[in-house]
Amino acid sequence: MSSVESAVRPPVVKNRKRTLKQRLNASGYKWAPYVFVSPFFVIFAVFGLFPLLFSLFLSFHYWEPAAGLGAMEWVGIENFTFTLTDDWFQTSVYNTIWIALAAGIPQHVVAIPLAYFLHTSFKRSRNTVVGMYFLPFITSSVAISLVFTTLFSRDFGMINMLFTSAGNWTVGDIQPLAWLFPTANIDWNRPEYTKTMIAFVVFWRYVGWNTVLYLSAMQTIPKDLYEAATVDGAKRWQQFWYITVPMLKPMMFFAVTLTIIGNLQLFEEPFIITGGTGGIEQAGKTAAMHMYITAFVEGDFGTASAVSWILFALIAFLTWGNNKLLGEKK
Amino acid sequence: MFNKKKLGTVALALGTTLALTATSAWAKTTLTVASFPSFDQAVNSAIPLYKKLHPEVEIKLVSLAYGDHHNAMTTALATGGNLPDVMGIEYGYIGRFAASGGLEDLRAAPYSAEQYEKLFSKFTVPLATGGSGTLAAIPADIGPGALFYREDILEKAGVTKEDLTKDWDSYIAAGKKIKEATGSYLVSSATDIKDIVIRSGLKDGQGIYFDADNTITVESDRFKEAFRLAKAVREAGIDAQVGAWSSEWTEGLRRGTIASQMMGAWLGGHLNGWIAPESKGLWRSSHLPAGAYASWGGSFYGIPKKAKNKEAAWEFIKFMTLNKEMQIAAFRDLDAFPALIEAQNDDFVNQPIEYLGGQVARVEWKEAADRIPAMDVHKHDPVAEQIVNDALEAVLERDADIDTVLADAAKQIKRRARR
Repeated sequence: MSSVESAVRPPVVKNRKRTLKQRLNASGYKWAPYVFVSPFFVIFAVFGLFPLLFSLFLSFHYWEPAAGLGAMEWVGIENFTFTLTDDWFQTSVYNTIWIALAAGIPQHVVAIPLAYFLHTSFKRSRNTVVGMYFLPFITSSVAISLVFTTLFSRDFGMINMLFTSAGNWTVGDIQPLAWLFPTANIDWNRPEYTKTMIAFVVFWRYVGWNTVLYLSAMQTIPKDLYEAATVDGAKRWQQFWYITVPMLKPMMFFAVTLTIIGNLQLFEEPFIITGGTGGIEQAGKTAAMHMYITAFVEGDFGTASAVSWILFALIAFLTWGNNKLLGEKK
Repeated sequence: MFNKKKLGTVALALGTTLALTATSAWAKTTLTVASFPSFDQAVNSAIPLYKKLHPEVEIKLVSLAYGDHHNAMTTALATGGNLPDVMGIEYGYIGRFAASGGLEDLRAAPYSAEQYEKLFSKFTVPLATGGSGTLAAIPADIGPGALFYREDILEKAGVTKEDLTKDWDSYIAAGKKIKEATGSYLVSSATDIKDIVIRSGLKDGQGIYFDADNTITVESDRFKEAFRLAKAVREAGIDAQVGAWSSEWTEGLRRGTIASQMMGAWLGGHLNGWIAPESKGLWRSSHLPAGAYASWGGSFYGIPKKAKNKEAAWEFIKFMTLNKEMQIAAFRDLDAFPALIEAQNDDFVNQPIEYLGGQVARVEWKEAADRIPAMDVHKHDPVAEQIVNDALEAVLERDADIDTVLADAAKQIKRRARR
């Protein structure tokens, strides 16, 4: 204690006790809080704010990156007008929204009943079961995508094996399931299947995460509501529909917001599944992939930055819409 | 409390050690080499040899995966930070890096590399040449195109190597025979045929998609023929419709359901190493069909303008590329076909390759390397390639008219190659 005081040398007469407030106001301590909070701001400025502003700056330039920073060339809003009228960008946004809906809606439609089921039917083993559903979320998306491309492999994949063995199942001379299942291997890389395949992987990965969100919200719903409903003679599905679902609305808002943001930024799954190309005829190329390809394959960082800002505006707009739809009314 | 005297002694000792390490580090140059697998193996095996010649140079190899390495190099060139002294560059990026001006001009003093240019396969140097006649990198290895095929499958179907290579019509007819007799596909993908035909018949200085004066060439007969043949292959049902390096592709080659593959000569090493080691002795190599000559990949070394040890970097590059022994070592160990002509003429080329049933295949690869035209690389090639691939899919999948899709492709390329 004495060493600290002597180091700071407060201009106070010795041998007089100071209050805590006085001590904190001493000149030596004024900067201390700022030092303690600074790591966040320094890291944020370097890794958050600077790239943000730099990409905004970049989006108004043409830049041959390998030529160095001096090679930037001001082009005004040309990158934005080009991107907005670009059919590749439009296709990629269409793909993104298609996959976002095909993967996003089932996530919630499945997760809410599933969470209700877990909430009401499991007591002891609930955490284990929830953990199993949650596992895909914490698994590396690269690993997941690789496993699924193997499963979806045309000639050697499990999925085709199951489908065709069902389709070729023979009773006597007829194949009773041939109308429903294929009898020959399906090439899942064909453009008509690419988006479905990606959406399925994304759905599978995030359904557990949403289940956990909804389950935690359900656990905060007061039990007496259900008890009162039981006394009034409400059946289990009625309790679900008239109590659980309305009470989940704040969590739905949160979970749907996360799904919108996550699905519109979808990158890793389609990137690995299509081998980084976007698939045949770009059927599985998302907007985030378009941005990456524009920057790192075509070498046009300016246009890629413009794509990222347009994507940001789109996400902000859709989140705002979601807020209007599901957010709390004041 | 600390004893002040003791503290002083410690500080003095520490200072001396620091000063000593500093001086020893001063005497030693640390040369940073950035590379990617498996090109980095050449550097790895060169380090002990190089150290004997230049004990004062410490080599630090920084290796990243292919894509990561080139992204990191792009970023490093962009910002001027974290640049290596020697940069390994692959074929797919050399055009862009050479045009950027971020690399030293090796034709200028003190390098004066012009004197060495004739020592390499003639098609390599133009690849590394920037727009204003600057030389951005020195070639290390190349990938002359070859047709790898399963001799036993051909034999079973009664097809000869000549049937495959005479011309494209004969190639497709042979593929049908093989499919009928053995059930194996001749090609992995119809796109492969397109990729070769659009590269064949090019003269020195011409590009694939762009002419020397930047005109777009995708509406030329070269592309029409390529699309027509790819369509014929698809209609004949002789392509397995799988992309290279996919799991179906490697399994197909391993099991022999894909009977041939056209690729760089280094594919032999991959087949032997991991794709199909058990079919040893069954594979053979030949020239590409219809007298086509094309190159698949290749690697280069360049020096960034902002590198710290340019002099040492240049010494090292010369050692790696102009030294016959080093080039042959990489040839032997990595199947990296040397760009140095002197190494191509070494007796090593005449040795039989056990995996290919004792065939003396390297001689053929060398002949191919001699005939590959010096193609011009354009910075918009990746864009054009995507567009042409999409156009081909429209033809193969939806039976679109070839002339129409190519005209559309030309328009698309023109729009996208806007700068």
